[in-house]
Amino acid sequence: MDSSSSPSDSGLLTISAKIVVAGGFGVGKTTLVNSVSEVAPLNTDAWMTEASEGVDDLPPGTTKSTTTVAMDFGRITLHRDLLLYLFGTPGQARFWFLWDDLCRGALGAVVLVDTSRIDQSFAAVNYFENDSELPFIVAVNRFEGKPRHDVDEVRDALALTESVPLIECDARSRASAIDVLQEVVTHSLSLSRVSVPG
Amino acid sequence: MTGPAKDVMTVSSDDLHDDPTDGGKRMRSKRIRPYALTGGRTRARHHLLVETLISVPEFDPVLADSLMPESRMLYTRACQRMSIAELSATLDLPLGVIRVLISDLAGQNAVYIHPTAYAYQNNPRVLERILDGLKQLPV
Repeated sequence: MDSSSSPSDSGLLTISAKIVVAGGFGVGKTTLVNSVSEVAPLNTDAWMTEASEGVDDLPPGTTKSTTTVAMDFGRITLHRDLLLYLFGTPGQARFWFLWDDLCRGALGAVVLVDTSRIDQSFAAVNYFENDSELPFIVAVNRFEGKPRHDVDEVRDALALTESVPLIECDARSRASAIDVLQEVVTHSLSLSRVSVPG
Repeated sequence: MTGPAKDVMTVSSDDLHDDPTDGGKRMRSKRIRPYALTGGRTRARHHLLVETLISVPEFDPVLADSLMPESRMLYTRACQRMSIAELSATLDLPLGVIRVLISDLAGQNAVYIHPTAYAYQNNPRVLERILDGLKQLPV
């Protein structure tokens, strides 16, 4: 007898965690997830079943062509026994029912904001402020060549309470995307320490 | 006569128009309503999040042969530990169907359902390990 009879034992200890990446159409969710993920995006059409039979309502003036797959997905191996999954919320209104499912069990969320289309992220901020217990932060996606907004102006525009961390990021940068995720975890950690004293 | 076996496969009338020459031969095509595979059940007994990992501690070929095709594909695919979301995407089956079928497989002790960070109530020690892992990621 040797221990090789159960080769996958150590693998059974592996656990997974999840961070939700929210925000409206074209704010950079796909870019952010792909900046840090170690796997190719999944074709998540199957998740939608009957709900996907409608017609996409593309906002006028956008040239985005890859939105038929409505959700973003990423995976990061943090430790041999700990995987972090990233799930982007579907932007289209008809997939609202999936938000609760995606958010259940998440350690936290980030709402991405593009200052040139800030209204696209109102719904997500509203969801996390009113309809979810999930700790969340807001990250302003700063594109090259776009005017930088004072983060306080963004906070005002979103009517965001002071307790919600607001940071700037560049979704295309892996380092910046990692910073965003760290900020989410740090925020959740600070809240968990408050709620579980001692 | 409507036997119980016929009720299991619910093919919508729209689908029948698509290929009238097909007869009943392709009953397992994607035209079958997804929840026909689960006997109409939409709820799983286990709490399966999209990120919940599934693995097969010990692959049993005899058990595999006894399973319905979708469950067999799931069972085989889960040999390489995979999340519910990835199983759904790679097998092109709705999340709800995957949850019910995995729950059944777990009931037979065929698959192992890994705990998630949430099972630890996103406990600070788990969060710290996540943060630590993020800090160590190569940029």
